[in-house]
Amino acid sequence: MNIEGKRNIWATYQKEIAGDRFFYVRSCVRQNFFPGSEKTFLRIMKEELKKEVFEHAAHTTCSGIGYHTDVVPFETAMTMVARQFALMTESGYENFTTSCITSFGLYAEILETWAHFPEVEERIRQHLIKATGRTFIKPANLSHASDVIFKFRKEIGAVSKFRLVNKYTGKPLQVVEHIGCHYSKMFPNKGVGGAEYPYVLIGMIEDWGGEVIDYPERRHCCGFGFRQYLVQANRGYSIACSKKKFESMAPYKPDFILTNCPGCPMFLDRWQYALSEMEGITYGENGLGIPVLTYEELAGMLLGYDPWDLGMQVHQVPVEPLLDKIGIPYDSQRKFLTIDGKSMGQPESPSFLKFYQHE
Amino acid sequence: MKDFGYSVLKDETIDYDRQDMRIAKYVLLQEPSIQLCIGCGSCSGTCAAGHFTEFNIRRVHTLIRRGETRLLKKEIQKCMFCGKCQLVCPRGVNLRNLILSINKAIEQIG
Repeated sequence: MNIEGKRNIWATYQKEIAGDRFFYVRSCVRQNFFPGSEKTFLRIMKEELKKEVFEHAAHTTCSGIGYHTDVVPFETAMTMVARQFALMTESGYENFTTSCITSFGLYAEILETWAHFPEVEERIRQHLIKATGRTFIKPANLSHASDVIFKFRKEIGAVSKFRLVNKYTGKPLQVVEHIGCHYSKMFPNKGVGGAEYPYVLIGMIEDWGGEVIDYPERRHCCGFGFRQYLVQANRGYSIACSKKKFESMAPYKPDFILTNCPGCPMFLDRWQYALSEMEGITYGENGLGIPVLTYEELAGMLLGYDPWDLGMQVHQVPVEPLLDKIGIPYDSQRKFLTIDGKSMGQPESPSFLKFYQHE
Repeated sequence: MKDFGYSVLKDETIDYDRQDMRIAKYVLLQEPSIQLCIGCGSCSGTCAAGHFTEFNIRRVHTLIRRGETRLLKKEIQKCMFCGKCQLVCPRGVNLRNLILSINKAIEQIG
């Protein structure tokens, strides 16, 4: 990878990220897809970094999924977002942090719209007052949760118990980073590093000891694409997108894929199973898949949190090969046990994608 | 293999390193005048077969140059060899020989 040109681009696209007192809004889908991630973010922020993070019980969907599937009009989406801002204002916060990339993109789009068309903002304020009696102050700072982890990556790295180094070879792990499309493709100046070479995940990987793989389809969509997946008849488009990425990255033998979006880890992880069942192909070494992690899982993993507390047992592609490469201990017997020791059920073995057996 | 109710769509990206260019090379050797083609579409516009079917000689030419030859055999059979395309070609491409060469290429290469 020619790093010089990219560093110039990263230097151009820098954004201000708040340092404390975050108003945190969760994603609609992440708690189903990767249930430990948001909890891990809160744990890192509160326990490791001693930051103040506030969640409001009345927070709802931002309507981003509905907006991007053309079932929620922009006017409605803006009013719902205005209500989230009102909750933040009422709680006494001004730094808005989202867990979801699509939420982040929608908030950025709406703030940008209001900056260019103040009359639209005024109209939405009237809608909100009429509907809820609420009013709001716009956030002083808008960041995605991965921006926040990026900002504190050196602090996290300093207290981490593990590094992204292969314990068998002593070499840095080779990582594919995948950024959600709505992070900075729409508004490059809202993301760290812009749209072409977002630096937000690269910064974490490099600071935590790994190396980033530059492969041809690096900026290609994961395949979620909303309507591509949500309409069953269109899912061939979705899985074809993911397949294109896997075929492009596989020759570089990535140790894992790192993502910062709710949909990307879901599709890059689950489609590996679907592709193995539909076409009998696998993309990892020896019939295994390529593990897919969220940035919170990665940070928690390196900090020494129990992989099963991070929710890694719900991944379709087993993460144990990666844990073994780094040298992170785990109890195989506890993988499918709940926190109080009860069995949570175990998935059937896939036909082709191998389940990993601990050495 | 499992059926989830959808299939993996084929990638339609044209990758010249992976495409089968044997027919294109053969045809180019047999009828070099096709290099003069400017893609004006006069051939397709006047095509008698194209008037009644979806046959499009310009499209066939483009597909061969891209190495997209999967449906070529069936497509090329629609040509009636009337030669009107050749009469209107402003670049003097020998289109009848082109069609003949394509048929020979399919016969030899498959």
